[in-house]
Amino acid sequence: MEHAIKESRGDRLFTIINYSVLSLLLATVLFPLLHVLSASFSSPQAIISGRVWLFPVDFSLEGYKTVFNYGLVWSGYANSLFYAVVGTTINVILTIMAAYPLSRKDFMGRQFFMFLFVFTMLFNGGLIPTYLLVKQLGMLDTRWAMIIPGALAVFNVIITRTYFRTTISDELLEAAQIDGCRNLRFLWKIVVPLSGPIIAVMALFYAVGHWNSYFGALIYLRDQGLYPLQLILKNLLVQNEFDPTMMGDVEQMAQKAYLTQLLKYSLIVVASLPVLIIYPFVQKHFVKGVMIGSLKE
Amino acid sequence: MKSLWRRTFNNWELYALFALPLLYIIVFQYIPIYGIQIAFKQFSPVKGITGSPWIGFDHFIRFFESYEFWRVMKNTLELSLYHLIAGFPFPILLALSLNYVMNQRFKKFVQMVTYAPHFISAVVMVGIMLVALEPRGPINALLQAVGITPVHFMAEASWFKSIYVWSDIWQNIGYSCIIYLAALSGVSPSLHEAAVMDGASKLRRIWHIDLPGIMPVAIILLILSMGSILNAGFEKVLLMQTPLNMESAEVIDTYVYKVGLVSALPNYSYAAAIGLFKSVVAFILLITVNYTAKRIGNESLW
Repeated sequence: MEHAIKESRGDRLFTIINYSVLSLLLATVLFPLLHVLSASFSSPQAIISGRVWLFPVDFSLEGYKTVFNYGLVWSGYANSLFYAVVGTTINVILTIMAAYPLSRKDFMGRQFFMFLFVFTMLFNGGLIPTYLLVKQLGMLDTRWAMIIPGALAVFNVIITRTYFRTTISDELLEAAQIDGCRNLRFLWKIVVPLSGPIIAVMALFYAVGHWNSYFGALIYLRDQGLYPLQLILKNLLVQNEFDPTMMGDVEQMAQKAYLTQLLKYSLIVVASLPVLIIYPFVQKHFVKGVMIGSLKE
Repeated sequence: MKSLWRRTFNNWELYALFALPLLYIIVFQYIPIYGIQIAFKQFSPVKGITGSPWIGFDHFIRFFESYEFWRVMKNTLELSLYHLIAGFPFPILLALSLNYVMNQRFKKFVQMVTYAPHFISAVVMVGIMLVALEPRGPINALLQAVGITPVHFMAEASWFKSIYVWSDIWQNIGYSCIIYLAALSGVSPSLHEAAVMDGASKLRRIWHIDLPGIMPVAIILLILSMGSILNAGFEKVLLMQTPLNMESAEVIDTYVYKVGLVSALPNYSYAAAIGLFKSVVAFILLITVNYTAKRIGNESLW
């Protein structure tokens, strides 16, 4: 359309500035990420002396060797995987169980229930009463504490309900009902298969949430064997609580000091690896999720 | 017409489905709300929530009169407002900027790269900040190269808020702009065509067409962020705290966590009172902002 009219000088200037600013932003976002990645593949000496910028210096796998010799990292990985898989499964099932009835116009009391749910987004008991509840339920220091207290996110229920409302037509339900199809069967045979995109989006939201969370573990868990990866990372990265006996066969003290610095870079990469690997595949789903979430009724 | 009871009975399966999520909400959301009463009690674990004696507003008064109150309130408000004001325009600018990129591959690439940091966990994010900002790290090397003395960023109270806010913008600018891009794609192309015909420059089109087009979304997001203004990214703040920057790093939520769960003598009631104070203020703020937005711009959450 606008190619028909010659661009004015002002507009060309705008375009040039626009591309420049975006390129600068691109560099600002990319540089720290590439720097960490390169540092993790460099030698400890090169990092300490500040010679690493955009590319690895004195290529070495020392950091990764140390990370994988660190027993807690492995158990953290296993635990996080468990919490993410089991937690997400429960999340998704509960979300559908809540969202589907709420999406139905013939579900009596749905406005009241909706209010009951949404109110918890605006006001909640807060940290201490929730902690006391979990304690009273006997979940402290068990795997349940990582899964049950956050089993349902009201925000996701709203997104899912809106999706059901806009994609599953009333006619479809009526036709099914005339054919004698009952509610549960309709949900299982028709609604769920038609809702692949929203189920994928929710699963992604929940799974990333599980993978990235540390605070629940911080307050509910004492047993290191149950710690998710993020909490172990917090102790190593943020609080520098390295246990020298777990660092493998490094002999000298000086060498260890060098290594802890390198270890941090490798840890950052190792911890983000699962997300980075699946990121290109799920990116468009997240975009879709945000868009669906932004639909106003 | 079928009676209400009949219709409800016919849909018993929906209620059966809904029972479990409802139970979850009641137990994990409403029981803690019921538990808030410990803020008005002298809680003792032996007697339990219901059995502990009432003491009225003592915990609140003690908090308001304590030395910590002003420091924690000031930090919370400063951090939140700084975050809100600095963080609000950037996703909008990015969305407007991307909207005028005609090269689709470049646009896709910028989007893919800028969305990515959003998926980094708070722990890893703070880890990256720690290695990047340490006295001998890359940022300081850069400063030294241009002749500025190195700064121990993470250990200085005066730097805390800026590091928090700008790292957050770095991490979330791309992801937050998605919703504005969606709003921009909803702007009718005929408006732009007409404007081009009238000889409007791109800046004019942004000002008169695009900005009004995304205003409703921006207002809704602003209302939402006002509601959580006192939450101030608690998990990241907690990770960024060091004994040296605590003066400006202690916010309400981290204070509640320390008083209630970390200290040698946890004071559940006192901590719950502080938490409740925060929730009530946040709730009032949200209602007020929503009401004002409704009056002025006809936009509201409900």
